[in-house]
Amino acid sequence: MLHEPAAVSGIDEAAAYKRRLGLWMLLVYGIIYVFFIVINVAWPKVMGTIVVGGLNLAIVYGFALIVIAFLLALVYNWLCTRHEKTFEGGGKA
Amino acid sequence: MQDVKVLAVIIFVVIVGLVLFVSFYSARRAKSASGYYAAGGRIHWGVNGIAFAGDYLSAASFLGICGMIAVSGYDGFLYSIGYLAGWVVALFVVAEPMRRLGRYTFTDALDAKFNKKSVKLLAAIATLVVSIFYLIPQMVGAGVLINPLLGFPHWAGVVIVGVIVITIVATAGMTSTTYVQFIKGSLLIIFALVIVVALCVRGLSTEPDAGGKIPFYHYKTITATETGGSITPDDSAYAAVAQQEVAVKGKTITFVKLQSGDISTWWKAESDASGLTLHETQETVVTGDGEKLINGAPESKENKLRLVGNMTAIAGDTDTETGPVNPFKFLALIGDEDSEIVLWKSTSFSDDSSSVTVFYPVTVSGDTIVKPGQSFKLEGSVLDRVDFVSLMIALFLGTAALPHILIRYYTVPSQRAARKSTVVAIAAIGFFYILTLFLGLGAMTSASINPLDNNMSAPLLAETFGTFLFAMISAIAFATVLGTVSGLIIAASGAVAHDLMDRFGGLIKSERQKVVAGRFAALVVGAIAILLGIVFQGVNVSFLVGLAFAVAASANLPCIIMMLFWKGTTSKGMVASIVVGIVSSVGLILFSPTAWELYGLNALDAPFPMKNPGIISIPLSFIAIYVVSKLTKPDMIDEDTLHASRAAEAANDAAAAAAAAE
Repeated sequence: MLHEPAAVSGIDEAAAYKRRLGLWMLLVYGIIYVFFIVINVAWPKVMGTIVVGGLNLAIVYGFALIVIAFLLALVYNWLCTRHEKTFEGGGKA
Repeated sequence: MQDVKVLAVIIFVVIVGLVLFVSFYSARRAKSASGYYAAGGRIHWGVNGIAFAGDYLSAASFLGICGMIAVSGYDGFLYSIGYLAGWVVALFVVAEPMRRLGRYTFTDALDAKFNKKSVKLLAAIATLVVSIFYLIPQMVGAGVLINPLLGFPHWAGVVIVGVIVITIVATAGMTSTTYVQFIKGSLLIIFALVIVVALCVRGLSTEPDAGGKIPFYHYKTITATETGGSITPDDSAYAAVAQQEVAVKGKTITFVKLQSGDISTWWKAESDASGLTLHETQETVVTGDGEKLINGAPESKENKLRLVGNMTAIAGDTDTETGPVNPFKFLALIGDEDSEIVLWKSTSFSDDSSSVTVFYPVTVSGDTIVKPGQSFKLEGSVLDRVDFVSLMIALFLGTAALPHILIRYYTVPSQRAARKSTVVAIAAIGFFYILTLFLGLGAMTSASINPLDNNMSAPLLAETFGTFLFAMISAIAFATVLGTVSGLIIAASGAVAHDLMDRFGGLIKSERQKVVAGRFAALVVGAIAILLGIVFQGVNVSFLVGLAFAVAASANLPCIIMMLFWKGTTSKGMVASIVVGIVSSVGLILFSPTAWELYGLNALDAPFPMKNPGIISIPLSFIAIYVVSKLTKPDMIDEDTLHASRAAEAANDAAAAAAAAE
């Protein structure tokens, strides 16, 4: 008992779907994040451009990276939960 | 000041008392190994999400980032962005598989598909290395905090934190740690928000005076004349007695020592179209016989360095105050191209037998503060830019590989709960990191920066709003250290007792033995943390946190990713990846310019020219796992076998539970 490698948990029918979805959403966020880094190193002056309400691109993009992370997290959780429920109900998505 | 101390001590004692009460109350859940290491897997996802925030918003994260923004502007905020972005990797890739594969520790999950002693050993070592590197800045931070809060020396702060944390961890393990983190995380976010609201209501002023409590200090300027290289002040009340040319980052700055009565102080010379002027600075001087002078007079409770940081023009207006502003206006006014902000730099030199450190003001335009460039030289060399990219990669990939974060996935009852708690964590941590920009810029413009230590900028900003907020934020910051250290010690004790003693060494024969071993390991790791916290006094905490992130991203993440997404991964490949990750990341940092400065050597002579090793060590670790896996025999258990094994275990557990019930 003490040497079992891990916790006991049931088979997750939705695992493959969630893994695919997670990778796609990571790719979306990764592109936005990488673009932020690229602007900083390739065109640093652009970050000082005023975008809205007196705020420059650096602040707007920085806040956007935080807000987008949260929004993607909500969407991911919603899609995963919806898919899991199709299995709980006995059907297949 | 005495009132501040009394209130701070009262609030400190109340919060520590609350933490200890939660510990002892939770102790009843820590009888089994599951209870001790994983809080019985019964924590609600909402509580766990905020506890994640508590774990993650460590002293370095909270105090360090606010301090960095206070002195470097937007460059400090880049850490907030990178730290938060790392949670996306945790949610989309790591959270559910870790919950599904693991039991108590990070090693459990990594070894789930191999069941090899070599993987257990190396993963446990990686956990210990990352946890201990992460522990050091937390303990150093405890010493930094306790001095202004309670007046105790650094070592006393470290010992107090160590003893309290060992008590918490040894008493009730993960359950108490979770609730401590929940309380602390909640308080931190609430009070940070309170300060930001108060900041916006107060608005900006060119003469910040902490709401009338601390008169704004006007630094003097004297016109001067240069004759044959010697500078003399035009004001006859002062006499020039010495002059120093100091090289600072490729420029030469002239400082002139002026005598006025019994006091002699160093002034910074600047010349422009209107002529030569001398600007008053602040200074610490340690004389040959060991006496310490502050601004020309002996150091005392009354004579300390003045807090600094203010605007000299707000959107072009001098001698003005804005009154209440909305948060966006607050940022826009600071970042206006016609705003001027006074930053303070420092340099050191020798004057006869005395060691002199001068803190001098540098006025910069507001628009340079709210974009990258004050700290990271993004318009500098290619190497500077690569270094920046390397840091951002390590921050992005490090979070999802921190053992003390990963073990929190075992405290919730299901994979779905693990996912939901990560969403809550992203919301809480993201919101807090947005607040850090306001806290840092608020300290920068409210005369709230201690020139000797910018880590205290957030508590000192709170102090400008009154004694209660200062005492509260300081106590929460202390609780921050307690909570994070607790989580790290749990992770480290799990690596020793569960991974090494039980699963690697086979020395544990019962659940009770495993809990006792975990508590003893917590005691030993806690004692080591106390020692390291004292030894590393004065070392830059951000440097040490960066090291922990780089090691985690290099040693752990490639294994997690490849194990989850490449069926060709072998146990030998995993071992090679961990070894290469640890050796390359730690090795490169030990030969970096930052380390060279710590050794007292010239940073430019460092063999490895970058401060952040991630861009080299992370790909190296991926290459190691790929190449070695290709060269060795596949030994990963396939998903079907794993599921069948898990189903059989579930049936056995159910049968054992039924038999016990009868």
